[in-house]
Order: sequence, then C-alpha cells, then structure tokens
Amino acid sequence: MTRIRITVTINGAVVERAVDPRMLLSDFIRHEARLTGTHVGCEHGVCGSCTVQVDGSPVRSCLLFAVQVDGREVRTVEALAAERDGALHPLQEAFHAEQGLQCGFCTPGFLMSVEPVLDRVEEMDDAQIRALISGNLCRCTGYEGIVCAVREAARKMASPSRSRPGGAS
Amino acid sequence: MKPAPFRYEKPRSVEQALALLAAEDEEPKVLAGGQSLVPLMNFRLARPSLLVDINGLAELSYIRREGSRLRIGALTRHAVLEESPLVERHWPLLTEAVRLVGHPQIRNAGTIGGSLAHADPTAELPVALAALDAGFVVRSRSGARELHWSEFFVGQLQTSLQPDELLVETVVPALPAGTGCRFDEFTRRHGDFALGGCAVTVSLDPDGACTRAAIALLGAAPTPIRAARAEAELVGRPVTAESAARSAARAVQDLDPTSDLHASGEYRRDLIESLVARSLLTARGRAREGVPA
Ligand SMILES: Cc1cc2nc3c(=O)[nH]c(=O)nc-3n(C[C@H](O)[C@H](O)[C@H](O)COP(=O)(O)OP(=O)(O)OC[C@H]3O[C@@H](n4cnc5c(N)ncnc54)[C@H](O)[C@@H]3O)c2cc1C
Ligand code: FES
Ligand code: FES
Repeated sequence: MTRIRITVTINGAVVERAVDPRMLLSDFIRHEARLTGTHVGCEHGVCGSCTVQVDGSPVRSCLLFAVQVDGREVRTVEALAAERDGALHPLQEAFHAEQGLQCGFCTPGFLMSVEPVLDRVEEMDDAQIRALISGNLCRCTGYEGIVCAVREAARKMASPSRSRPGGAS
Repeated sequence: MKPAPFRYEKPRSVEQALALLAAEDEEPKVLAGGQSLVPLMNFRLARPSLLVDINGLAELSYIRREGSRLRIGALTRHAVLEESPLVERHWPLLTEAVRLVGHPQIRNAGTIGGSLAHADPTAELPVALAALDAGFVVRSRSGARELHWSEFFVGQLQTSLQPDELLVETVVPALPAGTGCRFDEFTRRHGDFALGGCAVTVSLDPDGACTRAAIALLGAAPTPIRAARAEAELVGRPVTAESAARSAARAVQDLDPTSDLHASGEYRRDLIESLVARSLLTARGRAREGVPA
C-alpha cells in the first residue's frame, strides 16, 4: 500500500510523516510522535484510555486513522503540564488530591475527556458528571475518587466572579 | 488488533465519492465517524480493499427545516443533533434518543448516516426514526431514491443500501400539534447497547382523545419494528393506565426476541412491554403540556 504524507499538529508541534493508511492515530501518537502518555487498552473503542482531543473534541484515537487528522490539531495528555511549564493542570492536581487514580492506566483518557468541559461541570449534578465520564473505564478506583476530582477541579477553576451556591447571585 | 491494509481515498465531492464506490475491481466501504466500522476493521471482521472517507464532504453535514419537514445530512455528528435547538423544540424524540447513543466521545465522532447504515438492532436512532415515519435519501451514480424506513432496514446489520450507494439525507415529517413523545430503554451500564427499548408518540385532540399513536420497538426484532395493532387500539379515546397497559401487551404479543448471554428473549419481551406502557403515559403527559408545534 502506498504511504501517504501527512502533517499533524500535536500539542502545538508539527509532526510530518509518511504513513500507511491503516496506521491508527493512537499508534501514530505513540510510535511516530513518541508521546506515550496516550494509553491503548482495548483498541476497539470501549475503554476510553486512548482518548485525545482532535480540534478540541475528545475522541477515541484507536478509532481514527492517522491519515484522517492530516492538517488538524491533536492534543494529548502531555499538553496539560507542558502548557504550564511543567506544573500540573488543576485537573491533574485534583486527581492526585482526591485519589482519582491508582495504577493510572486510565487517567490520561479521563483527563482528556473532561478537560474541555470543565467550565460546564459546575452546573452538573453527579449523574451528569457520571454521564460525562461514562466512556472511560477504570479498573481500580471504583470511580468515586474520579467524580470527586472532577467536581473539585471545576470548583477550583471557576472564576471568583461567578455566583456560587449559597452566595449572593 | 490492527486493520488489514487498504487503499484510502478522501473524495472532495459527493460525485467523486459515488464514482469511487462504483469502482468494479474494489471492495469499497464508506468511512464516516468510524465508531462502528473501525472496531470491525481492528478485529478484521471487515476487510475493505478501499476506504472512501466522506469526512471531507461538508455539504452532507446540516440540520434544517424545509416546509414542515426536518432534513438531516448523513454526515451530521450525533453531538450536533444532540445540541440542536430546532430538533429539541420540534422533534424532541430525536434529542431524547441521541443522548442515549454511547458516550460523549462516541457522539463527537459518530454520524447519523453511520448509525443508520450500520443498522444495529439495538441502535437508538433507527428506532426513533421509525416512530417518526422518516425516509432516507440515497444516491448512486445512476440517481437518487428515497426509501421509507421500513424499506431501508432489512435485517440485523443489513439495509437495502447497494455497495455503490451513499446515504445522503434523513427526512422527518412534522408531528401534529398536541403530540407528546418518549424514548426509553434499559441498559446494564450507562451508554451500553440496550437490552430493550421503545420510541412512542401520542397525539391528542383538544378533548384528550388520542388521534394518532406510534410505537416503535428496540431490540425486539432484527430491525426496528412498529406495533401497528397496538397503535390502532389507542386511537379514538383517552390514553389511560389501563389502555396503555393493554396496548403494551398487544405490542409484544407476537414478539420473539433473541436470547443471548445478555438476556433471554422472554426477559426482553417483558422489559419492552413495561417500557412501552410507561412511555405511553409519559408521552400522553407531554402531549397535554402541549409540546411540539
Ligand atoms: C463504545 C461504543 C459504544 C456505542 N454505543 C452505541 C449505542 O449505545 N447506541 C448506538 O446506536 N450506537 C452505539 N455505538 C455505535 C455508534 O453509534 C456509531 O457511531 C454508529 O453506529 C456508526 O456511525 P459512524 O458515523 O461512526 O459510522 P462508521 O463506523 O464510519 O460506519 C458504519 C457503517 O455505515 C457505513 N456508512 C457510514 N456512513 C454511510 C453513508 N453516508 N452512506 C452509506 N454507508 C455509510 C459504513 O460503510 C459502515 O459500514 C457505539 C460505539 C462504540 C465504539
Ligand atoms: S484503546 Fe481506544 S477505546 Fe480502548
Ligand atoms: S487507575 Fe487503574 S485503571 Fe483507573
């Protein structure tokens, strides 16, 4: 099969390669861009550990071919701290503080799924937070810590000017 | 867990896509959101020789109202349908149904056309569109045809789409004033494929008598089906707890759903009966509140 030349922006850096059409985006990220924070669990769309953002939307990187993201922007878990000169993103800090991880295999997928909608989480009840993370499986935590971490991160990131429950509105 | 090799083409127009699908010496497959096709390819249950990626065809991505009818382009993402205020206001059944499709990441990528063409018997949108009497516009190089939903779905994972045809549009008629809807299903875990479900609509006249009802069933048969006799029995009088229960029993009377490791056929039939009875009452309540106009 003829290789196809693609140019993908990953976390702000341009990656240019000639790839087989059948190369999955998850493999492109890990083996070509050498970013191993994106984990691969099931490779058929069920576990969510491979979740990355393409043009801002969380999607499964194991269900996209690398050729499909030619000319597009991909963001992976490495971006969270890289954008803060190495400091953890508040969502990562919250996962740490609230015991939102044990082995950590699932964590990058959770982070990339939740991060774009953190500003909406304040208006979500627990059922909505659970719906938000329903596409990510965790075999360790039992999810309680993850739900707490998401809520806590949203609270920390909300701007002080926003009305708060119990406060004047 | 890696797909077999294939040739990849990304057409710039529907005409180009149709020409690629008509190629004699290939086994082409349309690639839309990839949320059903790519898992099958990763398992090598599907091995197309040519993938025709339609994600560049922006002209197939739209939701608009023309006259009284809703038109949805095949490449419209689930997430876009979910967020559409037009759909939520006039066809709330679709909004309720699409929220139950998989998870947020799946709905960001998956398309309406892909859900329909994949034709999984437990997929939500085919059932909701059956209740709404939708039709599908299909194109090939030799022209376009419009198929009623009942002609489109022919079996489990089977449609009447020919290999050289592209599904381009879904057309949904308006609901009469005084109609209430309900989509409901049961899953073991949030976002899983459902064990059973239903989409119902109930139209009431100003005195509260039912003028029209639609009951479409999920997981009851290899394709979405309508319970025509159960619908007819509701018409001409108010919908009560008793008539809803009777109609639900009629709806599942001749069903023989499959048994598998997830549930027995008998369980599925009982489940669907309960869901239909409940949904009819919810839809009646919503009709009284005077939703879509
Ligand atoms: C974890 C997970 C959970 C899911 N849960 C659900 C669920 O609860 N309910 C549900 O309904 N679905 C569910 N799905 C499936 C999802 O809805 C798919 O997005 C959808 O079934 C297919 O849409 P797609 O655009 O991704 O199509 P693709 O995967 O790209 O294509 C599917 C099939 O349709 C054909 N096709 C696509 N578009 C066209 C077209 N325009 N014309 C002709 N043929 C076409 C393809 O050739 C292929 O055969 C789930 C998927 C995953 C991975
Ligand atoms: S590896 Fe992609 S969803 Fe599991
Ligand atoms: S922390 Fe181990 S899988 Fe989630």
